[in-house]
Amino acid sequence: MEKANLWYGDFHALKNIDMEIPENKITAFIGPSGCGKSTFLKCFNRMNDLVEGCRIEGRFYLGDVDIYGKTDVNELRRNVGMVFQKPNPFPMSVYDNIAYGPRTFGVHKRALLDEIVERSLRQAAMWDELKDRLTKSALGLSGGQQQRLCIARALAAQPKILLMDEPTSALDPISTGKIEDLCYELKNEVTIVIVTHNMQQATRISDKTGFFLLGELVEYGDTVEMFSDPKKEKTKNYITGRFG
Amino acid sequence: MSNRLAFEEELAELKVELVRMCRITEEMIDDSINALLKKDKGLAESVPPRDRKVDEFELDIERKCMRILLRRQPVADDFREVSTALKVITDIERIGDQASDIAEIVLSFGEEPYIKELVHLKKMGELSVKMVRSSVDSFIRGDEKLADEIISADDEMDALFVTVKDELIELIKKEASNADQAIAFMMIAKYLERIGDHAVNVCEWTKYFETGVHVKY
Repeated sequence: MEKANLWYGDFHALKNIDMEIPENKITAFIGPSGCGKSTFLKCFNRMNDLVEGCRIEGRFYLGDVDIYGKTDVNELRRNVGMVFQKPNPFPMSVYDNIAYGPRTFGVHKRALLDEIVERSLRQAAMWDELKDRLTKSALGLSGGQQQRLCIARALAAQPKILLMDEPTSALDPISTGKIEDLCYELKNEVTIVIVTHNMQQATRISDKTGFFLLGELVEYGDTVEMFSDPKKEKTKNYITGRFG
Repeated sequence: MSNRLAFEEELAELKVELVRMCRITEEMIDDSINALLKKDKGLAESVPPRDRKVDEFELDIERKCMRILLRRQPVADDFREVSTALKVITDIERIGDQASDIAEIVLSFGEEPYIKELVHLKKMGELSVKMVRSSVDSFIRGDEKLADEIISADDEMDALFVTVKDELIELIKKEASNADQAIAFMMIAKYLERIGDHAVNVCEWTKYFETGVHVKY
């Protein structure tokens, strides 16, 4: 990202953000509510395009491709998957939830879909748990299972990047642990960017952390370094709980 | 690999490094005492440079512990294990310093014969090596009984120190020219006695690791 700026109408929500997100690492965005971290995350798969009055300037590259240039948005979203705060499985079977994306992209052969469903559930460490419940409604799963299913659904498109917007804030500690384990394992295959309000979570799982405040990226660097020796006073005050 | 497994590997790595650090200090004590007994200056000279390696281990283990505290936010026995490792390395580092100090004293001796046979200093040297090794082993194995044995063995060390001190006082009283060597031996005895105290400290931390209570002996 180079000189990324975003406005919602007159409101300047992101201000001159330069950031390079490393491949196959976990990058966490932290900061108080309304600081722009989720807005910034949504720029990566052009989710903000859907927001009326939203204007974006700057360059957003995925590899060498400028994603706000002549890019097929569907193709972009295939490469950049997303998981939200609240688990949002579709009201259909486990199998159909996972197969939904591939079907949209034109995959209809049953054998291939079977393969994708199994691969995605295995990647999300859920295959053993769900292989006998593939035809059951996804809405019958627990909150934690639903969220991992949503991760599996995102993985079905074999994305290069997985965006996670507070994926564990609605979950209990055990389910949170499972999602964190999953992130840890997935980073070998996928670049993960996670927005979290939980600073302990950022220190536990991320390699790099960006601290946002009032639409600015205050500090960005190695997670251990940032949490042990923050360079900016504002970062120190936030992570030590002096404000926020 | 899950987060937990990765964490356990980090803890295991800490212990491996701690054992390696400890083994170097044991060899340093052993070699400095052998250099003393055999008047082997070459062996004595080889001891102080090894202290640098011990210091490097201390820094590295300390860095790893701090990283774990920050990233893993350990609780319960994990927390006690990392805290113990962090405390223990300070004692082991001091043991390395003291072994080095003994070697320096050996290097300061001239060619003249010793004023006495070094029977008790030899025993103190052997006991200190045993205490250091067992103290770290007690932590690695979580062996509270072994830690208690080493804490008790320190009484033997203290008794040996008093014996050496009394003998040396007598030698100085008898002949003032014995004083130079007597003071040097006295310092070596004091360093060995301190090494025993550091081993006891390590054992106290082992007991903390096992019980959650830190008691000074």
